[in-house]
This record gives sequence, structure tokens and C-alpha cells, in this order.
Amino acid sequence: MSRVTEVSIGLATCGIAAGAAEVHSRLVSSLAGHGLPVKVKRVGCVGMCYNEPLVDVLSEDGTHHTYGHVTVKDVARIVSEHLVAGKPVEDLLAPEDGFFSRQVRIVLENCGLIDPESLDEYRARGGYEGLKRSLFEMTPSQVIDEIKASGLRGRGGAGFLTATKWGFAARETSPEKFVVCNGDEGDPGAFMDRSVLEGDPHRVLEGMAIAAYAIGADHGYAYVRAEYPLAIERLEKAIVAAREAGLLGEHILGSSFSFDVVIKAGAGAFVCGEETALIASIEGRRGMPRRRPPYPTTAGLWGKPTVINNVETLANVPWIVRQGAAAFARYGTERSKGTKVFALAGKVNHSGLVEIPMGMTIREIVFDVGGGTRDGKAFKAVQIGGPSGGCIPASLADVPVDYESLTQTGAIMGSGGLIVLDEETCMVDVARFFLDFIQKESCGKCTFCRIGTKRMLESLTRICAGEAGTNELDRLIDLSRKVKRHSLCGLGQTAPNPVLTTSRFFPD
Amino acid sequence: MPESTLQAGTIDELLRPFPPSPASVIPLLQQVQTRYGYLAPENLARVAEYTHAPRSRVYGVATFYSQFRLSKPGKHVVRVCQGTACHVLGAEKILDELKEMLRIEEGETTADGEFTLEVVRCLGCCSLAPALMIDNETCGRLTRKRVGEVLASWRGKDRA
Ligand SMILES: Cc1cc2nc3c(=O)[nH]c(=O)nc-3n(C[C@H](O)[C@H](O)[C@H](O)COP(=O)(O)O)c2cc1C
Ligand code: FES
Repeated sequence: MSRVTEVSIGLATCGIAAGAAEVHSRLVSSLAGHGLPVKVKRVGCVGMCYNEPLVDVLSEDGTHHTYGHVTVKDVARIVSEHLVAGKPVEDLLAPEDGFFSRQVRIVLENCGLIDPESLDEYRARGGYEGLKRSLFEMTPSQVIDEIKASGLRGRGGAGFLTATKWGFAARETSPEKFVVCNGDEGDPGAFMDRSVLEGDPHRVLEGMAIAAYAIGADHGYAYVRAEYPLAIERLEKAIVAAREAGLLGEHILGSSFSFDVVIKAGAGAFVCGEETALIASIEGRRGMPRRRPPYPTTAGLWGKPTVINNVETLANVPWIVRQGAAAFARYGTERSKGTKVFALAGKVNHSGLVEIPMGMTIREIVFDVGGGTRDGKAFKAVQIGGPSGGCIPASLADVPVDYESLTQTGAIMGSGGLIVLDEETCMVDVARFFLDFIQKESCGKCTFCRIGTKRMLESLTRICAGEAGTNELDRLIDLSRKVKRHSLCGLGQTAPNPVLTTSRFFPD
Repeated sequence: MPESTLQAGTIDELLRPFPPSPASVIPLLQQVQTRYGYLAPENLARVAEYTHAPRSRVYGVATFYSQFRLSKPGKHVVRVCQGTACHVLGAEKILDELKEMLRIEEGETTADGEFTLEVVRCLGCCSLAPALMIDNETCGRLTRKRVGEVLASWRGKDRA
């Protein structure tokens, strides 16, 4: 019998929403009652949200036992039978379902395993080694070359090559430059960035610091949406801890490089995820996009060169610098390297957070990782990419996850929201849902987006109600194409995607 | 109950940490709203004065972002998600049930001043859809029964 040394409880937003906070306090008081020298650790989300609340028990010999759907009532048994008597409570263990067997964890390597409020635990798993290596063994341009060799592309949706973006900003001679982390995560149905910020905040800070070193910036902003209070709190604590340890601030680790990060909380506007609107928001204005060029890498925040990267993009960076570009490029396809984190939700058994190598097919994600659809209902489609994306029908589910292949279907990779739909979901309803969303979130600056999406919604509503004239659908598709072509920013340019993909794959 | 307007003493305490420039408008409005629950007209004016931004711009910001409220909310704000994942798992029904239990429409406050009902697009808790947030606490896997329990447990509680 091996002694239990540590008990971890998932206390990310998803765990708390399932009741993990009550389980945690009961466990703490119960252990105190038994006088057991067991460490109780708060961790982020391991991704198995479908089994929350989760309690993981680690024994001296390194074995883990994971309990799922733990209730306050279960705590007494886990403590007396397992922690005291050393016998795992078989009937409460989460079933072994192969959830992790096909995943590759780069971005999520620490999520759910470490205490996100402990800098020591992050460092014990190689944290800040990438920054150290950058500062003391590499020049800024070597860092950019390393990222270039890795093939890393932006995970915020568009898939722009990260090294190219950094290269543009590095070229600028301005004495003041900025790095901005985009944690606005506006796609309703996505929670990858929240989980990373809540579960491994130092990784994002390290990624920002490496980016800053590469482009020559000394200030950074982390823009996090208002709906994520816990993410903001954990990131705030991480910043304080990093400053105290000399990993942020003046002369980082005794080098000549200085960099610091300030958090900006969003205020509830989808369009603020768009980079120029995000800049306006940080500057204290209404978050309205502006025409590009100039791109932010030339004239961004307060007119200074600015690199804006998504949370997940930045979370890949420390790993790449630490493990080398080749290790990263081993995963993925010809043009899409590494992994992608998806937030699996909707009518799927294993709803949660998964990280898979690029190139895996949608079907493999839904069935092999996601455990298939709920209640044995027939799989109909996935919605990918949120309001800018589209629906991929079951008939195309063998498409590999790769920027170009997904774009070919009319959807996009997007930021990682993946909603599984079954035979009971009405496809037109989903298209109308997104149009309604976009129409309310349109900032109103350009006419095609403001009025066009409104007319599209009216048209679709008439079609749903069976009140449409004979050529209503053709007119809707025509209008969709016009909105796509003439809108000012990505919001309007991609707004018709859900309608267009739906009409293409589900013409009836 | 919190004061509805900024007092001379508290305003300094709230504003002082921020540089008096227009870039501080959003964080300041967030501070004011966290403290008072909403943005009263005189407080908007005070933020404009402090940041040297025109009142129209401060008002424009306050109305552009959905987080800001211009009228006084109830003691607890219930934000029910109508995001994609929640939508396909019956969030509309949860919203209807909330309306029925609280006897208000979205955007309104109950007669006893306990709850204000708001709709949001995604709380990032999609894996436990349908979800809602009361003040700063998220609850997931909602059913009619669970919604009733959640409301009951918050009724009468002090604002967190
Ligand atoms: C309407 C709209 C919303 C967007 N929302 C987000 C978002 O929530 N998060 C994000 O990282 N990028 C978002 N983007 C993309 C950003 O403009 C930008 O391309 C991205 O942050 C760049 O980071 P990356 O290169 O690391 O992907 C959005 C774009 C548009 C047009
Ligand atoms: S869609 Fe409801 S929490 Fe994300």
C-alpha cells in the first residue's frame, strides 16, 4: 500500500460551476479532522469538464486515481477509505475512457496539473526556461527565426504566421513598442483562453515576455474579457509573483531587458476581439475597428508598433523556445504545425477542453476524443469558428484540422470553439442564432454590416416562418456575398459564413 | 446599502490610482460600477472631469459596452448565458424559467430589489451548458430544479 501524498481539485470556472468549491472545503475540513499530512492542491481545468467536480489523488509511488462527479457526500468515503486506509473507492473513480490517449499537450501541458497560483510549480515543470534561454543564449532575431522554423500560426482565428508578424514589428525603429495579449475570447462557445489563463497564467506571461524581447518592446497589455473574473484574478497574482521573482519588471533575471505587463479588463463587446477595436478599447475609446493598413505592427497602440497575439499563440511560445522548433514542427500538417486546442461542447459526451495534433479529422475529434454524441443520437454537424465560422456536416467530417482544409469547406479554423450538433438540432436555427448575435454585436460603423446583417436576419426569419417569396433564399445568398465583400472589418466580412455554409450543405 | 453617488471622500480613493487621462475612462467606469452597481449620471460627469475627457465621450463609452449599466440593479445580478453551446442545450428554456420564477423580463429587477436578470453571450463555461452567473459565481448543468435552488440560495444573501 502506497501512502497518499497529494490531492488535487479542479477549481477553474467549470469546476466551480459544477460544485467543486464545496467539495474542496469539505475535503480540507475532513482532512483536518483526521490529522492527515496530505497536501490539498487547487488546480486548473484538465479538460475533463464532463466529469467535474474532479478530485485527483496522488500516491507516493506516483500513481494517480481520479474521481469524477464528486459530491460533498462522497468526500467522507474518499477520505476514510482511500486517504486513510489506502484503498481506492472503485465505484467513484472516473471511468477510463481514452480521453487523453490521442491528445498531445503543449499549450495544456500544465493545465489541471499545477497550482496556477504557484510560480514554483510552474518553474519546476520548465517554466521560464524559454525566457531564460531567449535572454542569455539567443539574439532577438534568433528567437524570431526559431518561431519561424516552428511554423507557428496565430491561434486567434486567421492563422497568420507569428514569426512574420513579429518580424514586421522588430523592423520598426520606434523607441516604444507594445505586446498585447488578446484574451477577449468572444466566440460564444469557446473557453480555451479562459482555461489557459486560469490554469497556467505564467505561461502566457512568459510568452509575452519572449515576444517583447524578440520585437524590442518594454510594455505589455493583457486584454481579458469582463466575463472572466477568475482569469483576471489569477493573471493578476501571477504578474505580482513574476515581478517579485525578477521575471517581469526592470532588468529581468539580471539582463538588460525590461518588460512589464498590465491587465485591461474588457467591458463586453464582441468586436473588441478584433485587433484595431481592441486597441481603441485599451486607449479608452469605444471599441470600433478601423481600416487596415496601417497594421498594428506599424501603428498600433497609441500609434506605436504593436504585436497582438492570441492567448493560445503566446502559450505555445515558451514550449517552442524550450524544446526547439523541430520538436514542435513534428506535429501537424504541411502548413499547419503543432497542435490546436478545442473547446468541445454541445451534444457531445466528453464536453471539455482537448488539445490535438493538427491534421486529426473532425470525426476523430468528435468520436475518438469526444466520445461521440450524447444519448446515441445521430451526429449531424459541427459548428466551428463561431460567428465567423460555419457548420461542417457529418458528410465532410473526415476533413483534417488544418487552416487551409477547413477554409475550403467554407468554415474556418477559428479560435477553437467546436460545437457538436445532433439530429435534433435545427441547422437554420443555428444560422439564425449567429446572425442575431452578429447583428446585435455589429458596432454600427459601416453600413453593410449594420444594415446588411439586419436585413439578412429578417430574411432568414421569413424563411423560417414559411413566409418567404420564391426567390427569398437567392436574395439572402446574394446579400450575404455583398456583406462579405464590402464590410470594413472581419466581423462583417465573415458574418455571412454561418448562413452560406448552412445553405450550401443543408439546402433544404 | 451602497451610496448611489460618489461622495467627495470616496471618489478620490476610487480615482486616485489611475492617471487622469482619457485612457483611464474604462477602468474607472468599471471601478465605479463595481462599487455602486451602476453608473449614475453624476458619476459619469465626475469621471469625465477627472480624466479630462468630454462628457459625450464618457457617455458614448458607457453605452457602447454591454457591461455598463445606467440604472440601479437589484442586490444580485443574474446573467444567464445565451451563447452557442448553451443555446443548443436549451438555454432559451432556462431563460423562460427564470423570467417565470422572478416574474420579470430581461433587463428588469424584481419588485423586492433582490435580482436583476441579464442575458450574456457565453460565460466560458460551455462544457457545463446551460450556464448562468450570479454576481461573480458561475453555475452550470442547469435544469429547472437547479435554477430554483440557485435562486433560493442567493435570496437574502449580501452582495459579494
Ligand atoms: C470580429 C472579430 C473578433 C475577433 N475576436 C478575437 C478574439 O476574441 N480573440 C482573438 O485572439 N482574436 C480575435 N480576433 C482576431 C484578432 O483580430 C487578431 O487577428 C488576433 O488576435 C491576432 O492574434 P494571433 O495572430 O495570435 O491569432 C477577432 C477578429 C475579428 C474580426
Ligand atoms: S455558450 Fe454558454 S457558457 Fe459558453
